[in-house]
Amino acid sequence: MTMQIMEGSMAVAETVKLCRPQVISAYPITPQTHIVEDLASIIADGKLDAEYICVESEFSALSACVGASAAGSRVYSATTSQGLALMGEVVFNAAGMRLPIIMGIANRAISAPLSIWNDQQDSIMMRDAGWIQVYAEDNQEALDLHILSYKVCEDHDILLPAFVCFDGFILSHVYEPVDIPDQKDVDRFLGPFTPYQRLDCKDPISFGMYATPEYYLEFRYEHDEAVKRAGEAFKKHAKEFAKIFGRDYSELVTKYRMEDAETVIVAMGSICGTIKDAIDEMRAAGQKVGLLGIRMFRPFPSADIRAALSNAKRVAVLDKNISLGAKGAAALEIKDACYGMNIPILDYIIGLGGRDVKISDIKEVVKLCEAGKGDMFYGLRQEVL
Amino acid sequence: MPLGIGCTAKPGKSRNNKTGSWRVYYPVMDNAKCTGCGTCQLICPEGCITGSGKTLQIDLDFCKGCGLCAEECPDKAKAISMHLEDK
Repeated sequence: MTMQIMEGSMAVAETVKLCRPQVISAYPITPQTHIVEDLASIIADGKLDAEYICVESEFSALSACVGASAAGSRVYSATTSQGLALMGEVVFNAAGMRLPIIMGIANRAISAPLSIWNDQQDSIMMRDAGWIQVYAEDNQEALDLHILSYKVCEDHDILLPAFVCFDGFILSHVYEPVDIPDQKDVDRFLGPFTPYQRLDCKDPISFGMYATPEYYLEFRYEHDEAVKRAGEAFKKHAKEFAKIFGRDYSELVTKYRMEDAETVIVAMGSICGTIKDAIDEMRAAGQKVGLLGIRMFRPFPSADIRAALSNAKRVAVLDKNISLGAKGAAALEIKDACYGMNIPILDYIIGLGGRDVKISDIKEVVKLCEAGKGDMFYGLRQEVL
Repeated sequence: MPLGIGCTAKPGKSRNNKTGSWRVYYPVMDNAKCTGCGTCQLICPEGCITGSGKTLQIDLDFCKGCGLCAEECPDKAKAISMHLEDK
């Protein structure tokens, strides 16, 4: 293992190269830009034998990926925020056509008001699209999840596209030590892409055909079943990944100092790192606090979360997103998963649009949760309201 | 028809979709009144009126019940009438 200090975006681009995608199509948008810039350079420099399809929009980028994937190629794209919104129609089509496209999402807030900064509203907006969604805590996990996602998505028992989500700027633009795997190990783990079916002039098929009312419901059922199967498939392939690369992602939720935790914080993405530091300080002061990190948001690991929270006295869910008029997406799902458990599950909408979340904020959230106060926006600046 | 993953299909499979299920009214052809002018055949947007001369037939598997055939059938014949589906 050779550790290198590298920007998150560059680490992702270098890793995508190792996965040997045959077609890449993407449209640059902050904070995803460095990834596609680096991939364009890698191809232009002859370091990856792939077609880089330049397009005029994200709608076209994902459309090109849909065509290339249906034609039997391993493909990659990356986007964020408004770019993902513009892709919208194609996002659902790619999933319904059951194409194993991997797309990196450098998570960013959604307009209006315009914000280029981090939260997770963009990928959460697409939670119902039928893609697998995984969230990285750090850059190493972001790049490893790319490799692992190809393996899971190309499994003929799954055949789904996946978002590999990592927080914009907080991960995408931050230099961290990472281990970029060896090409031969990635080749051994992934192997060449073997499509389940593909466009072929000699044996033509059409993808995403018209389904009458007699068939549509069954297609949606089978799609839902495939997404649900993806959780177990992820665990299985992650164990094989761990044997080769030495890093284990086979838990769909991550646990930190959960053994006797009375107050459990649930969160997703890079904020987990800050929460771990806060927990260390709170533990040193005698507080029984733990973290449950959500690595996989789709399929939602309800059973794993219910089991992990079985001994908790109270739960604070930190959501970097909000379903306006309801609650944060993670809180809604966790309340559903824990229905009947009779523990307070309180939601905190936090860090939207790039607002920093500090260790002191995490401690404040725990204080609020222990006082029974929650289901609120945390850290509102009352003076501007 | 079994479901293909990703809703895929080989060519020529669209006839398997019996689109006639959408219909509210269905047409009935009275071949005794038909003059064999062929107007209904030309006007049918689904191309589901087959045959020739005075022996035209309407394929109810694909007829969506738009009623254009009954509307355009010339006054001197009025060989096609529309009836409410009982379903």
